[in-house]
Amino acid sequence: MAVEIDPIHQFQIFNIVDLGAPGGVHLGFTNSAAFMFGIVAVIFFFLTFATRGRTLVPGRLQSLAELSYEFVASTVRTTAGNEGMKFFPLVFSLFMFVLVANFVGMIPYAFTVTSHLIVTAALALVVIGTVITYGFVRHGTHFLHLFVPSGVPAFLLPFMVVIEVISFLSRPISLSLRLFANMLAGHIAMKVFAGFIVMMTAGGVAGFLGAVLPLAMVVALTALEFLVAFLQAYVFAVLTCIYLNDALHPGH
Amino acid sequence: MSETHGPAGTFIIAQTSATPEAPAPGTGTHSGVEIGVPPAEAHGAGFPPFDATTFPSQLIWLAIAFVALYWLMSRVALPRIATILEERHDRIADDLEEAGKLKAESEAAAKAYEQALAGARGKATSIASETRDKLTAEAEASRKSLEAELNAKLTDAESKIAATKTSAMTNVRGIAVDAAGAIVNQLTGAAPAPQAVEAAVDKAIGS
Repeated sequence: MAVEIDPIHQFQIFNIVDLGAPGGVHLGFTNSAAFMFGIVAVIFFFLTFATRGRTLVPGRLQSLAELSYEFVASTVRTTAGNEGMKFFPLVFSLFMFVLVANFVGMIPYAFTVTSHLIVTAALALVVIGTVITYGFVRHGTHFLHLFVPSGVPAFLLPFMVVIEVISFLSRPISLSLRLFANMLAGHIAMKVFAGFIVMMTAGGVAGFLGAVLPLAMVVALTALEFLVAFLQAYVFAVLTCIYLNDALHPGH
Repeated sequence: MSETHGPAGTFIIAQTSATPEAPAPGTGTHSGVEIGVPPAEAHGAGFPPFDATTFPSQLIWLAIAFVALYWLMSRVALPRIATILEERHDRIADDLEEAGKLKAESEAAAKAYEQALAGARGKATSIASETRDKLTAEAEASRKSLEAELNAKLTDAESKIAATKTSAMTNVRGIAVDAAGAIVNQLTGAAPAPQAVEAAVDKAIGS
């Protein structure tokens, strides 16, 4: 009799529908994809259902929908100014997607979309792609002033430009890795401690009593993970706003 | 959150280390608790987040899902919430404006009332002072006429007294002249000249 706890298994991706390999690339409708569409559906139906009454004095759900709107809107306004509001739908979509993905991941047996580096990297690339595209379309070559800080002595300038370029290029990396690593590590930690409970209970009465400790740990970690789930979504949105602010105002 | 599946799991807990069963293939053994890396054939290519064979599927479905989300948010959900917030904002602004208008109106009414009150008060004061002046004047006039009357009476009385006094004095003079004449007659035995007596009496009275 052996009990197996595999903390990595929860990140497993499998095909629900195998679409074969058109063009040499293996494709399939995966559990990850199902959760992605689930997340989109949850966000959309929540927002439309909550605002169905369009009441002047909001009820609980409508308050929640308005709160999420105004929370993201005020984040965009304070970090990127009123001009930044043209990116509001993007920031809102990113925030809600990451937030709901993180929270859905907290449901037992659910798959955490944001625990996959490719997903967070793609989201980060959407942000940086938007920054670069908008920056060049709006400001042309003036956008490159982003890399030239003003008021720096001439002999330091080459180093500063190199540093600025490196820091700019590391943004998508840090943006994607932060979210990915937080979600991955949190879920592994919870699973490992949950695994300890199972292991210890297999060891008789003493093990049952001892299992209280990892159980308490799992409870604490669960609370922490809910905090992290919200915080990472917020951090992602705030950093998106800060990077977009660079595209709007490239001069330092 | 515990799954039981094939023998390639990472944590394998055997009931006792003394179990005679052979350890699971592909993993190292340390007294029952075994931690190992799952073989590639069990989980595709090792650590799932780094399994590149799943990347194309994930990217395609993420792109579709995220574009759908963006479209739904920017076209449906966000304008809807924005409209609600705007309507509420407008409604509050309207209500505030209305309240301000009503406040201004009530302030104007209060001012008008104050003005009317002040006017009435002024009018009352003027009426009062007018009345007082009139009464004072009347009292003054009646006092004056009374005084004049009294003065006239006084003068009248004084003149009467003077007349009485004069007539009395005249009588006294006559009596004195007669008495003096008689006294001189008695003393001297000869009647003095009346003119001399009168002159003497006048001299005595006048002094």
